[in-house]
Amino acid sequence: MPTSPETLTEARRLRDLFAAKGAQVIKADVLQPAGTLLDLYGEDIRARSYVTSDPLRGEMVLRPDFTVPVVQMHMESRADPARYTYSGKVFRKQETDESRANEYVQVGYEVFDGQNPAAADAEVFAAIAEGLAGLPVRAATGDIGVLMAAVRGLRTTDGRKAALLRHIWRPGRFRALMKRFGSGQMPSARAALLAADDPFADAGPDIGLRSRKEVAARIDALRADAAAAPIASEEIALIDAILALRETAPNVLSALRDIAVDMPAIGDAVAGMDARLDAMAARGIDVANLEFEGSYGRTSLEYYDGFVFGFYAADRPDHPPVATGGRYDALTAQLGQGRAVPAVGGVIRPDLALGVR
Amino acid sequence: MLKLGVPSKGRLMEKTFDWFGARGIGLRKSGSDREYAGAVDGIDGLELVLLSAGEIPRELAAGNIHLGVTGSDLVREKLANWDARVAALAPMGFGGADLIVAVPQAWVDVSTLDDLDAAAAAFRRTHGFRLRIATKYHRLVREFLREQGVADYQLVDSQGATEGTVKNETAEAIADITSTGETLRANGLKILDDGLIHASQATLFRGRRRDWTDEQRAKLKALQMILGV
Repeated sequence: MPTSPETLTEARRLRDLFAAKGAQVIKADVLQPAGTLLDLYGEDIRARSYVTSDPLRGEMVLRPDFTVPVVQMHMESRADPARYTYSGKVFRKQETDESRANEYVQVGYEVFDGQNPAAADAEVFAAIAEGLAGLPVRAATGDIGVLMAAVRGLRTTDGRKAALLRHIWRPGRFRALMKRFGSGQMPSARAALLAADDPFADAGPDIGLRSRKEVAARIDALRADAAAAPIASEEIALIDAILALRETAPNVLSALRDIAVDMPAIGDAVAGMDARLDAMAARGIDVANLEFEGSYGRTSLEYYDGFVFGFYAADRPDHPPVATGGRYDALTAQLGQGRAVPAVGGVIRPDLALGVR
Repeated sequence: MLKLGVPSKGRLMEKTFDWFGARGIGLRKSGSDREYAGAVDGIDGLELVLLSAGEIPRELAAGNIHLGVTGSDLVREKLANWDARVAALAPMGFGGADLIVAVPQAWVDVSTLDDLDAAAAAFRRTHGFRLRIATKYHRLVREFLREQGVADYQLVDSQGATEGTVKNETAEAIADITSTGETLRANGLKILDDGLIHASQATLFRGRRRDWTDEQRAKLKALQMILGV
């Protein structure tokens, strides 16, 4: 049961375990202002969480996770470094699978420490693994930072890189963009537009907030894009190779080193992964058998931008993960109003942890 | 007894009566014109319930009616996981309308969802808020745009006169039902080339609840024989 007495006892045990590691125990309001989440995640949040309205405060949301309130609290406190733990209910709409809980407990461990990101990643992973010690679970890991570095390293325009980075978390659109940027071709309607003597010849009345100036600016951007060379097929093959990686972490690391020869831009990210694996090994994690997937973590709520991980019931890979986590540096930059703090964290669902026993 | 829900007003009701009539089952309003009671000829054990087309999906899912005629768009919009809760027995060939995404004709740079997505990103940078799409079909539009990977938009609710929202500057684009596109054009809007979200038509649905009696199941079979669906 998502919130049975056994679950709450297990949640308390996990929170105490994290607190014993030096994490400060914190709480967050159940009702959060919806604006921040809508800005971060867009309209999808309405499908995944309970958005409701308050007559005076406007739209509110039943917290779908603790990450955003924890980051906000940390950015206000300005303490650095800091470690936090919490235990409480989160609420998620389930629109397709009635058997999945819409209200369950999460126990989290979050580290805000920019001194040594590899060590912080390893610390969070090890803490979550310790919380699940003895359970038949299997860990999956990935690193969105490698993919982002690869995109930034493409020999193409900044506009194309920005478009690809914006859709890192939408694999379908990302693939479509890669295909188009690599083909040197454009949709027929766009070709006709750019060939027209007066692109505005058939424009109807100017209505709405998006002005003719904005339309003209985009046409200029389309012209610049049409003039740019297609992304080389070798570079597209390298991105595909990164996305297709699915092996033990040491094998992935050596494959990434090979890729980095042709794509030096991922060098720092690969070195970071190397350092992380060393830090994990130093904490007793069986790195040699750790699974790594090049595209892991791309379909979650879009804030992880580095190391990502999940723990799954060994015999039920189709079930929701027992624990998840990752690095979310960009989120702190977005919520910090100019200030950013490297941050990594993870959560355990105690109900699911009890269920795999 | 099986309860059949039919839209209580207008052309949808008349066309539904015609459709059943052509297949040997007479449906009619009983009593005065203002009364929402119905009568059935040609089969026993079928009760006609007249109600709003928009309420039929919910009543089917709740089991208050067993069969219902309504737009396939309404079923998809109003019922999460719709195909687990109701089943389409027969498309009825009328009440056709397309749920589409439309933008101002003045946006000569936007003809596909890919363009819309790029325009939305630039719009957000320029104006500081997400591009607004007015609709009353929130679920269908959101699921469609998520599948298509469109970001940086927001849905704003519009329960009527949606085509006017762009001119009134309460939205930048719309997602609405259209049959000919005439109203869209008259309001300075155009449909995106790949902006068809759902091609809707009046459809006969059955509820999928498990609590039907053997007699009700047999009655449905008999009805399907007569209707040929």
